[in-house]
Amino acid sequence: MASQADFRDRQFLAVIGDEDSITGLLLAGIGHVTAPPDNQKNFLVVDAKTDTAAIEAAFEKFTTERKDIGIVLINQHIADRIRHRVDTYTQAFPTVLEIPSKDHPYDPEKDSVLRRVRRLFGE
Amino acid sequence: MSGAGDREAVFPTRQSLGIMKAKLKGAETGHSLLKRKSEALTKRFREITRRIDEAKRKMGRVMQIASLSLAEVTYAVGGNIGYQIQESAKSARFRIRAKQENVSGVLLPAFESYLTEGNNDFAMTGLGKGGQQVQRCRETYARAVEALVELASLQTAFVILDEVIKVVNRRVNAIEHVIIPRTENTIKYINSELDELDREEFYRLKKVANKKHRDTAAADAEMKQKKEELAASGEENQAPEPEDAEPTDMLAADEDEDVIF
Repeated sequence: MASQADFRDRQFLAVIGDEDSITGLLLAGIGHVTAPPDNQKNFLVVDAKTDTAAIEAAFEKFTTERKDIGIVLINQHIADRIRHRVDTYTQAFPTVLEIPSKDHPYDPEKDSVLRRVRRLFGE
Repeated sequence: MSGAGDREAVFPTRQSLGIMKAKLKGAETGHSLLKRKSEALTKRFREITRRIDEAKRKMGRVMQIASLSLAEVTYAVGGNIGYQIQESAKSARFRIRAKQENVSGVLLPAFESYLTEGNNDFAMTGLGKGGQQVQRCRETYARAVEALVELASLQTAFVILDEVIKVVNRRVNAIEHVIIPRTENTIKYINSELDELDREEFYRLKKVANKKHRDTAAADAEMKQKKEELAASGEENQAPEPEDAEPTDMLAADEDEDVIF
């Protein structure tokens, strides 16, 4: 279980997504770059050329390394590429949320959390 | 299997019987409390899952509208603004903070979004043209992110509750199926052992009583015989010595004479 101190200072959102999703979310004002020495961005733009290892590394960084991120948003079609990682991620913090993208409509059947919901209701 | 079942290693004494009874009572109280807790959590859990389902569907719609407004921006600005925006993002305006809610002793975090004042990374975006669309797009996306944050807190609560309910149910089952039967077995075992001891004790007492009875009967018979013999011999020489009878019946004898010095 998450301890109290664990989520006190989690105040940012992180995004892994295609360019359009990132642009929109950054416009909403969630983008953050840490202080100059390491300059870590809290978003990762993924296109067809980005290889899966880079996505996994970013996912790893956002979920385990950084302690200031409370929610990780990830496009569903990108989550599909690292599906095993997303499905085996069961921690409460940070929360991983699959979001639809412009080119890929949202499919509730693939969502790891919704699948758990369905399984619990025995459907 | 009453005595042979799983039981705790205790000596069958009255004291441990008392301890076991107290333990059984405690286990039953704990079981009913945990059961109620689990029910309360499950109720909450079902509510949350229903809300997640709704929120996910809503998110799909909201994100669609947001994408549409972004497309408007791209059209109005005339070109892709993605790169420019990625480069100008510096400090988050839209942030979240976590607060806690207590549901039957379980702390559920809930995210709350807030806007920090004073920093605007995109002051120059859409300066040339399409500023209005950019503004609208920002608002749409801000609303979308709010919906996402709400969904995220529901999801966090879902994950935590899921875990807690599993733990609580495991405890309820452990008490119901392991601890209570075992304690009951122990109590049964102690009771049967104590009964056994009681029966042994009773038998022993009966034996002792029997023996005493037999002894007194034998002594009586002996005395009677002696008396008869005495009576027979007294008829012959009429001089029965009282000392003879004295030691056999000391208490029942006539009172001693007072001794005067």
